[in-house]
Amino acid sequence: MSHHIVDFIDIYFTYPDGKQAVNGITCRINHGESVGIVGANGAGKSSLLMLLTGILLPAKGEIRVGETPVTKKTLSVIRQKIGFSFQDPDDQLFMTTVYDDVAFGPRNYGIDEPEVKKRVMKALETVGAVHLKDRAPYKLSGGEKRAAAIAAVLSLEPDILVMDEPTAALDPKARRRLMNLLKGFLHTKIIATHDLDMVLEICERTIVLKEGRVVCDGLSPEILNDEELLEQCGLEKPLALQNCPVCGSGKLYGSLLEGTGK
Amino acid sequence: MIVMSNIIKSLYNIRMLDELAEKRTFIHNIHPLIKVLTTCVYLTVTVSFDKYELSGLLPLIFYPVVMITLAEIPMIPILKRMLVVIPLIIGIGIFNPLFDHKPMVVLPWIQISGGWISFFSIMFKGGFTILAALILIATTGMTRIASALRMIRVPRLFVLQLLLTYRYISVLMEEAGRTWNAYMLRAPGQKSVNPKAWGPLAGQMLMRTYDRAQRVYQAMGLRGFNGEYNPGDVKKVTVKDILYFTCWAAFFAVSRYFNLPALIGEVVTGVMK
Ligand SMILES: Nc1ncnc2c1ncn2[C@@H]1O[C@H](COP(=O)(O)OP(=O)(O)O)[C@@H](O)[C@H]1O
Ligand SMILES: [Mg+2]
Repeated sequence: MSHHIVDFIDIYFTYPDGKQAVNGITCRINHGESVGIVGANGAGKSSLLMLLTGILLPAKGEIRVGETPVTKKTLSVIRQKIGFSFQDPDDQLFMTTVYDDVAFGPRNYGIDEPEVKKRVMKALETVGAVHLKDRAPYKLSGGEKRAAAIAAVLSLEPDILVMDEPTAALDPKARRRLMNLLKGFLHTKIIATHDLDMVLEICERTIVLKEGRVVCDGLSPEILNDEELLEQCGLEKPLALQNCPVCGSGKLYGSLLEGTGK
Repeated sequence: MIVMSNIIKSLYNIRMLDELAEKRTFIHNIHPLIKVLTTCVYLTVTVSFDKYELSGLLPLIFYPVVMITLAEIPMIPILKRMLVVIPLIIGIGIFNPLFDHKPMVVLPWIQISGGWISFFSIMFKGGFTILAALILIATTGMTRIASALRMIRVPRLFVLQLLLTYRYISVLMEEAGRTWNAYMLRAPGQKSVNPKAWGPLAGQMLMRTYDRAQRVYQAMGLRGFNGEYNPGDVKKVTVKDILYFTCWAAFFAVSRYFNLPALIGEVVTGVMK
């Protein structure tokens, strides 16, 4: 299927204050691929994702989602395909109850109420947040907010899931639940993060950014094992690939993957 | 300055009104459109009273009292919110007693200047107006009010502005609360913000609020928001709703055309004779 290919063609973006956040990025993400976008703080990850969703428009270059270029005119088409979860879930939750927040998207697309209800409940079940449905979003804990924000994106049933630092501020259990959830999402996933262990586990492909450029693009296990490269980009090898700090030998990677393969 | 932080705290909790709107009492179940219309009629009647007509205004307090009771709205938070605006109303009315010394008879044995009468009439009108608005929000919720306004063909841009301004206020208050906390944590022993820090602090807060408001708006756009919010649970106007409106409208009309306190007074004195 070609309609969910995401194509960045020589993208440049400069913030109004002159900061050049994206400096010529070209890459193609295929249908059903799961891609981790990694890089130090300020590498341009968030900016790239905002360009993809049309929150920002590139100064130069073109982004295509399937056959459709991302422009002001095509925004509503693009946004029906892409579900984007923000770095800070507070920005995303603005309704009075979690239920209404998750229902916000489907209602905007004129879906009738019984179907909205079905979608909302399904999305809440997926993230394990059904019990939160009548709570006020701003009174939830960090992890609960994240779950609600992701449900709000899932209820739109997007073809492409785009997430900015989804595991930031999650406790280990919530992080694990989120990772299992992401593994179950079979469409295209694009995830910007510092959490290299997560990338190793759920993304087959990794794109490394530095100062708004692609430094490296390839298979996750290879890239994440390249200590020198990661060092240059302000990153550190995932724990799972480091030698065991206690006995000094053997890698956790194999056993980790086995342990979560269920 | 302790007071200041209390005010911020109570404003910080501004979304409480939205939470109240999720209750399910008789009043909450009235159709939003009907409640908006009732509020409009109430406000029109309230402000239409002449500035010296203090006693005729009094029966109008019946509406907020009944609404607060039936909708189970807690008094304290509502009064606190009113407290914030009351200085403003006092500011508007305070010059009347200073300039208007025309003597006026209130009751046969009390004489007060016209200035004081009109001052109190402004206070009551202002108080009733704000109370009615708060009650409408607390029983209906801003998003449902917005969709009701759309039903009576209020322009989309205006409704959108209203909705976003309302959101913006809560965002602003939250940022104010955060900035305040961040400052206080690093300024132990200080009871208030050092006047020197007010400028940078306020500037920072506005920038942050602007950024956040922008992101919230973007998040709405990403999920297909184009200015027309559909609250999902749109109901039809029923006989019960129309009855509700008719009762209140009748009461407002009677209060407007007859001076009820005076009438009752006459009846009572008539009986006593
Ligand atoms: N609103 C903004 N205005 C100006 N510069 C910004 C803005 N947002 C981000 N930047 C700058 O752009 C660069 C890339 O930022 P960002 O895409 O947020 O990085 P990342 O998400 O990888 O941490 C950073 O140097 C950052 O300081
Ligand atoms: Mg970022």
